[in-house]
Amino acid sequence: MERKIRVLIAKPGLDGHDRGAKVVARALRDAGFEVIYTGLHQTPEQIVSTAVQEDVDAIGLSCLSGAHMTLFPRVVELLRERGADDIIVSGGGIVPEEDVPKLKTAGIAAVFGPGTPLKDIVEFHKKALRKR
Amino acid sequence: MEIVERLLKGDAGAAARLISMAEDEDPRAVKALSALHAHTGKAQIIGVTGPPGAGKSTVIDQAVKVYRKKGCKVGILAIDPTSPFTGGAILGDRIRMQQHSTDPGVFIRSMGTRGWTGGLSKGTASAIKILDALGMDPIIVETVGAGQSEVEIVRSAHSVLIVEVPGLGDDIQAFKAGILEIGDVFVVNKADREGADKAVAELRAMLETCQEPRAWAPPVLKASARDGAGIGEVVDALDSHFAFIKQSGAKDLKDRASAEREFMEVLRDRLAKYITEKVVRKGEFDALVERILRRQLDPYSAAEKLLEPIEKGK
Repeated sequence: MERKIRVLIAKPGLDGHDRGAKVVARALRDAGFEVIYTGLHQTPEQIVSTAVQEDVDAIGLSCLSGAHMTLFPRVVELLRERGADDIIVSGGGIVPEEDVPKLKTAGIAAVFGPGTPLKDIVEFHKKALRKR
Repeated sequence: MEIVERLLKGDAGAAARLISMAEDEDPRAVKALSALHAHTGKAQIIGVTGPPGAGKSTVIDQAVKVYRKKGCKVGILAIDPTSPFTGGAILGDRIRMQQHSTDPGVFIRSMGTRGWTGGLSKGTASAIKILDALGMDPIIVETVGAGQSEVEIVRSAHSVLIVEVPGLGDDIQAFKAGILEIGDVFVVNKADREGADKAVAELRAMLETCQEPRAWAPPVLKASARDGAGIGEVVDALDSHFAFIKQSGAKDLKDRASAEREFMEVLRDRLAKYITEKVVRKGEFDALVERILRRQLDPYSAAEKLLEPIEKGK
């Protein structure tokens, strides 16, 4: 039995900058992960519902619009409501330094800002296996 | 089993987890699947195939709208290729279907081929059963973007929809064996583009001249899935096809063949496992492989030697 790690890469909110999300998706693919990519303009409800149907181990959120303080914690909250809060959630995009501790308190396991080596993101997700 | 009970009550999370376990060949999945078997065999299974970029996912997205209006619950399995080098995959079919992601009457699952050829994935057959037991009907299976010979879907599906687009080639392409032989319904998508009528005419000519007369004449339709034009007719044609095979007895034959194939596969798996784990002494298998590799032994005689005690004993 080989346990494959599945990661959902999602873009909540209204910005159209998906370059970063695609680069991360590609890096995870090349590291042997199954990456589910949902495209732009996703609501937190869509993201969580997708994560449940796809039974992912982790969710990577990318937001460059500045709405991360609303959208990222909302995803964690909805996961909790669905009983799926063992899914590890990380975030990336333009997130000011002072927001990072607040996001971590809200349940975002890691924040990957601009310039983060792809290797770090890959290593982070290698440990993201959910208990079955 | 708790997960089976949850699934039979309609819990999408339980179905999702069971699909993962089946894909990963978790031994617990076998138990669950055997408990589910009695609850399957109800749904119409529709295969959707065609070349990459033809619009398979978009056609499905629009077809789901039509099915939902009729009150059907729809299961979708969308298969994309796994890298043969890293084992990784980008599963992106559901991008086109995200409008249905929060609808509790729609279950979408993306799957990587994980080394399988023929257009399907390792866990597809199990995933179909799981969605069937969840109460989804129809279950739509989107194959990987197909070339000419990814025809495996015909064995799993009751009805096969082929999505084509204008301008892919001349009428000789339509004459070739393979994928075009397995279609029950054809749709030329992106019909607002130039050459749509020509593509329809060529497909019709192929169907009229190249096959022995069949009781079911596959319709060739036109659609523009981006705005949903023509998709209602595609769903109607799939409905008619299903009614037709039920009435003609073809569905029973198909179902029987797939039950037989499934049983054979399980037997073969179990037998291979039994032999490599119980019959062969530790290290003996590797030693035999080594001798086969060095041409000191051939694989046929090696198998014969291994199986001799079993054949004699019982």
